[in-house]
Amino acid sequence: MKKGKLQKLLRQMYRCRMLYLMILLPVITVFIFHYIPIYGVQIAFKDYRSSLGVRGSPWVGIKHFKAFIEYPYFGKVLWNTVRISLYCLCTFPIPVIFSIMLNELRNEKFKKVSQMITYAPHFVSTVVVCSMVILFLDREGLINNIIVFFGGERTDFMSTPSAFAPVYAVSDLWQGLGWGTIIYLATLAGVSQELVEAAEIDGAGRMQIIWNVHIPHLKPTIIILFILKIGTLISVGFEKTFLLQNPLNMDASSVISTYVYEVGIINHQYSYSSAIGLFNNMINIILIVIANRISKKVAQVGLW
Amino acid sequence: MASGKTKQHKLKNAGTFDIINTISVLCITLVTIYPLYFCVIASFSEPQEVALGRTMLWIRKFTLEPYQYVFKEKQLWIGYRNSIIYTVFGTLYNLVLTIPAAYVLTKKNLPFRNVISWFFFITMYFSGGMIPTYLLMKDLNLIDNPLALIVGAGVSCYNLIVTREYFSSSIPQDIYEAASIDGASELRCFLKIALPLAKPITAVMALYYGVSHWNSYYNALLYIRNKSYYPLQLVLRGILISNELSMSNMENADADMVAYLVHRAQMAQGIKYAIVFIASAPLLVAYPFLQKYFTKGIMVGSVKG
Repeated sequence: MKKGKLQKLLRQMYRCRMLYLMILLPVITVFIFHYIPIYGVQIAFKDYRSSLGVRGSPWVGIKHFKAFIEYPYFGKVLWNTVRISLYCLCTFPIPVIFSIMLNELRNEKFKKVSQMITYAPHFVSTVVVCSMVILFLDREGLINNIIVFFGGERTDFMSTPSAFAPVYAVSDLWQGLGWGTIIYLATLAGVSQELVEAAEIDGAGRMQIIWNVHIPHLKPTIIILFILKIGTLISVGFEKTFLLQNPLNMDASSVISTYVYEVGIINHQYSYSSAIGLFNNMINIILIVIANRISKKVAQVGLW
Repeated sequence: MASGKTKQHKLKNAGTFDIINTISVLCITLVTIYPLYFCVIASFSEPQEVALGRTMLWIRKFTLEPYQYVFKEKQLWIGYRNSIIYTVFGTLYNLVLTIPAAYVLTKKNLPFRNVISWFFFITMYFSGGMIPTYLLMKDLNLIDNPLALIVGAGVSCYNLIVTREYFSSSIPQDIYEAASIDGASELRCFLKIALPLAKPITAVMALYYGVSHWNSYYNALLYIRNKSYYPLQLVLRGILISNELSMSNMENADADMVAYLVHRAQMAQGIKYAIVFIASAPLLVAYPFLQKYFTKGIMVGSVKG
């Protein structure tokens, strides 16, 4: 009986040999470029020397993690990271609101044009977005000219540490607002028209319908995207921070990912920097697990 | 998306709500487009006027001078050429790996299908991080090698899921059964039946991967040192953010050194606006035509996600 099953499995596998062949190459590339680095994470617990390689380097336990926690700016770097994330988290409801606004538009053509325009910044590269930010926030830039026009004073935003996180969040919002509505709009397309009509017959106003029909319909999507966002609370994107960073705003712009780059790529302290990266990943996973558990308890929706 | 019936139904009660809503959406739209619009008009205006804040709404003192410098900026065009090469070959590499993988993962009778799926999914949550990946690239001799920007993990898990979702939801499975009864091999089924039907999703994936290749600078920053291999984005970073503008060809016409320096600094700003425009134009011009594909990709992905 058991032998028959095995034989059947092998026969089926043989029959599918072509399919295995087709997926062989993708599996190999993912193995090399994803799994080998995951295996390489062990250098976080070792003193990596390139002459000895990943496997041959001596184990040192949690020495590098300790070093990071004892690093004088540990608290600062961590707080900077969280601060930027919290600012970005504040903008989380805006795409939700905007998608509802778009969904309520009666003029289909206007809706299309508005969508097209607000999606556009998504296609502008990070480098260009950051240089636009720097150009606009220059002493003689657009923003300062507007401030002066309204009777304010010129400010050097890029060299003001306290402005860094808001600038980061606002530019993120500009780039992601339209694109972020797509998933909500797709969900809103599934709202039952009968329910809306029934509510109307019962005398509900537009706001009441949005509040009692549309928002509850969006809730699972909102919660899931929120959980995913919580998971990135302490991993502020390297690309943008690195580009907006300058010696004058370093006090607020030095985050975990840029520190990893600085220590690892510039100073070649591979093990120490891997340990920081791993520490970061671990916290992300813990956060996402906690967020998932809370949302399952409160709203009965979760990622798994 | 709204059917005729819902439109009619919605038209019944126009009122304050609609007016406020329409105006708000209009404002958001204008605020979103304005920064890009400003860059365009600023690039065609006399830089001094821009600095004085006189180009808020329209071009002042039209000039093409910034563009003259831009066209003489050699490194920029080397970057442009490199980026085209990386994008074309990188995208092809991604497609050749992603499309067959997604197709195979829809086959329900494939033994160990779930194991293979998880093999890909795990990469969404776990990664080696910057340094272990860097060390791997070093071991593979891909540092300072343009190949590093083309090859790599050819399959992005998110794109794989979207493509797989398309294969399993938009193409009826019976079609393959009929073909295999007729004696077609799996490879033939894929090439002759699935692939032609998957044209829309192939376009979406080509666009997704293409945009990410064109816009990325991270890999090049980490793995490329030689300037002649720089992709456009890294060149842009040098010019726009680190101020590595050569402007060697700018003649010192003014006898007054201070005036010259001020003019030079302002011209540098003008050149930056021009570069922002030139660097973003290809995608921004092409994207409205491709928009329906982009959004379709997200829709397909969100069905399951």
